[in-house]
Amino acid sequence: MKRWSGRRIAAIAAVVALLVLPHVVYPIFLMKLLCFALFACAFNLLIGYAGLLSFGHAMFFGTAGYATAHAARVWGLTPELSIAFGVVVAATLGLVVGRLAIRLAGIYFAMITLSFAQMIYFFCEQAPFTGGENAIQGVPRGQLFGVISLADNFTLYYFVLAVCLGGFAVAYRAIHSPFGEVLAAIRENEPRAVSLGYHTDHHKLIAFVLSAALTGLAGGTKALVFQVASLTDVHWNMSGEVVLMTLVGGMGTVLGPVVGAILVVGSEDLFTSLGPWIAVIQGFFFVLCVLLFRRGIVGWLEHRLGRRV
Amino acid sequence: MSAVLSQLVLGLINGSFYALLSLGLALIFGLMNIVNFAHGALFMLGGLAAWWLLAVAGLGYGWALLLAPLSVGVLSALIEVGLIRRLRQLDPLYGLLLTFGLAILIQAVVTMKYGSSGQPYPVPSFLTGADNLGFMFLPRYRAWVILVSIVVCASVWVVIEKTRLGSYLRAAAENPRLLEAFGVAVPRLITLTYAFGGALAAFAGVLAAPIYQVNPLMGANMIIVVFAVVAVGGMGSIGGSIITGFALGIAEGFTKVFYPQASSTVIFVIMALVLLVRPRGLFGREA
Repeated sequence: MKRWSGRRIAAIAAVVALLVLPHVVYPIFLMKLLCFALFACAFNLLIGYAGLLSFGHAMFFGTAGYATAHAARVWGLTPELSIAFGVVVAATLGLVVGRLAIRLAGIYFAMITLSFAQMIYFFCEQAPFTGGENAIQGVPRGQLFGVISLADNFTLYYFVLAVCLGGFAVAYRAIHSPFGEVLAAIRENEPRAVSLGYHTDHHKLIAFVLSAALTGLAGGTKALVFQVASLTDVHWNMSGEVVLMTLVGGMGTVLGPVVGAILVVGSEDLFTSLGPWIAVIQGFFFVLCVLLFRRGIVGWLEHRLGRRV
Repeated sequence: MSAVLSQLVLGLINGSFYALLSLGLALIFGLMNIVNFAHGALFMLGGLAAWWLLAVAGLGYGWALLLAPLSVGVLSALIEVGLIRRLRQLDPLYGLLLTFGLAILIQAVVTMKYGSSGQPYPVPSFLTGADNLGFMFLPRYRAWVILVSIVVCASVWVVIEKTRLGSYLRAAAENPRLLEAFGVAVPRLITLTYAFGGALAAFAGVLAAPIYQVNPLMGANMIIVVFAVVAVGGMGSIGGSIITGFALGIAEGFTKVFYPQASSTVIFVIMALVLLVRPRGLFGREA
C-alpha cells in the first residue's frame, strides 16, 4: 500500500513537471524528446517483452511521417486525422511485414526486418509523393478538430504531450495485461507456450502491429512538430538509434526507453558542436553497453533496488 | 538483346561482391552463430587500406590485394578475441548488437578522419582498357573482378568441403564440444574463421575500390543487401551463399533493363517471396 502511494505521488509529480516544463525548456526540444521516447517504448514492446529484435523500425517511423505530412499538406486534413492516417499506414505496413518476418526468429528476424526497412527506404527515395531528397517540407500544423490552432509552440506541446502519454498508456496496458504475460511466456519458452495452447504466431503478430502502430504515432507526430518528413526518418541509422536508446535505458523495463531517448537525443542536441565525434561516441557507448552494461540504466537500478521502478 | 547481355555481365559484378561477402558471413555464422554486422565496415576498411597504401605508402594494387586483407584479418582476430568472445554464452542477438555497434564506431572513426566524401582509386595500369565482346565493351578490370571472385569463392568451397581443415570447420559448426574432446582447439579455430571472414571482406573491398569510390558508407549500403542475399540463400550453406550471391546480382542486372526503378528493391522483393514460400531460404538447413 505504501509503495503504491509512493508511486502515485511520483506519477503525479511527473505529470506536473511535464505540464510546467515547456516554460523552462524549449518546447520544440521537449516535443522531440516525447516523440523519440514513444518511439523507443514502441520498439521496446517487441524486444523487451516479446523478445523480437527489429532492426527496421525506422520504416514505420518514417512512413508514418510521410503519410501524416501528405495528409496534412496535400489533402488538408486536420492534425489529429493526419496522425491517425499515419498510424493506420504504419500498422498496415506492420501487418504485411510482420506476417513475413515472424516466420523466423532471433537473428533471422532482425535481418529480415532490416532488409524490409531498406526496401521501404529505396521506395521512399523514388516514390513521387515523398519528394525524394527534397523531403515533404512546409507541413501545416493545422487546427486541432478544425478549431484550435496548433501554430503556437505551447499549444502544440500540450497536444503532443497528450498524444504521447496516450501512446505510453497503450503500451503500458499492453505490457501489464494477460496479453503481455503471454508475450513474456513466448519470449522465455516458446515451445512451452505452444504446448499450453497459445497461438504464439498470432500473439507475436499482434505485438508487432501494435509496436508498428505506436511507432507510427510517434513518427506522424514528429512530422507535424518539425513540419517536415524526410528520408532521415526511414534510414537504417534511425533503426539503429532506437536500438541504442532502448539498450542504454534498459530493454524490458517500462521507463528504460524513455531514459534512453532523453540521453541519446539530449546528448545529440547538447553536443552538436562536436560534429562527427557524436557518432564515434555513440558507437563507443553502443559497444560498451552490449559488453558491460546489458541491463541498461533503469534495468541496473531495478536490479540494485530489488524492485521495479 | 545486347542490352540484356551487357546488364547481365554488369550484374555479375555486383553478384561477385554479394557472393564474397555472403560467403564470409555464412562461414562466421556457421561457426559462431553470429550475424556479423561489422562485415560491411571490414569491407570498407579493405577499400580504405588499398587507398591508403597507394596514397601514403605508394604501394600499388597488387600489394593492396595482399596487405589489406592481412591487416583487416589481424584486426578481426583482435575483435574476436577481445570483444565477441565475451558474449559467447549469451543470446546470439547480443553478437548482432555488438557487431552493429562496432560497424557504427568504425564508420564514424573513418568519417571523422577522412570525411564522408569518396576517395577515388585508379584502375591498376595492367587492367585498364576494355575488350569487345560483340554485344558490349567490357572494361578489363570488371572482367578481372568477376574472374577473381569466382576463383576465390570456388577455392573456399573446395577447402571447406574437401579438405581436412574444412572437415574440422564443419564439425565445429555441428558439435564443437565433441570436436574439442578430440583435441582440436576450437576457440582458435573460431578466431581464425572470424579473421578469415574479415580478410575476405577486405579483399572484396580492395576489388571494389576502383569501381566504387572508397567512402565510409560503402560497406553499410552493401551489407544490408547482402543480408537479404543471405536470407534468400539460407544461412547454413556455403555453396548456397555463393550461388545466391551471383544469381541475385544477375537478377538485379536484368531488372535494370526491364524496369530500372525497381533495380534497388528487386533483391528485397525476391527475399519476401522466398520467405513466403520457404522461410529457411533456398539452401538453408532447418532452423
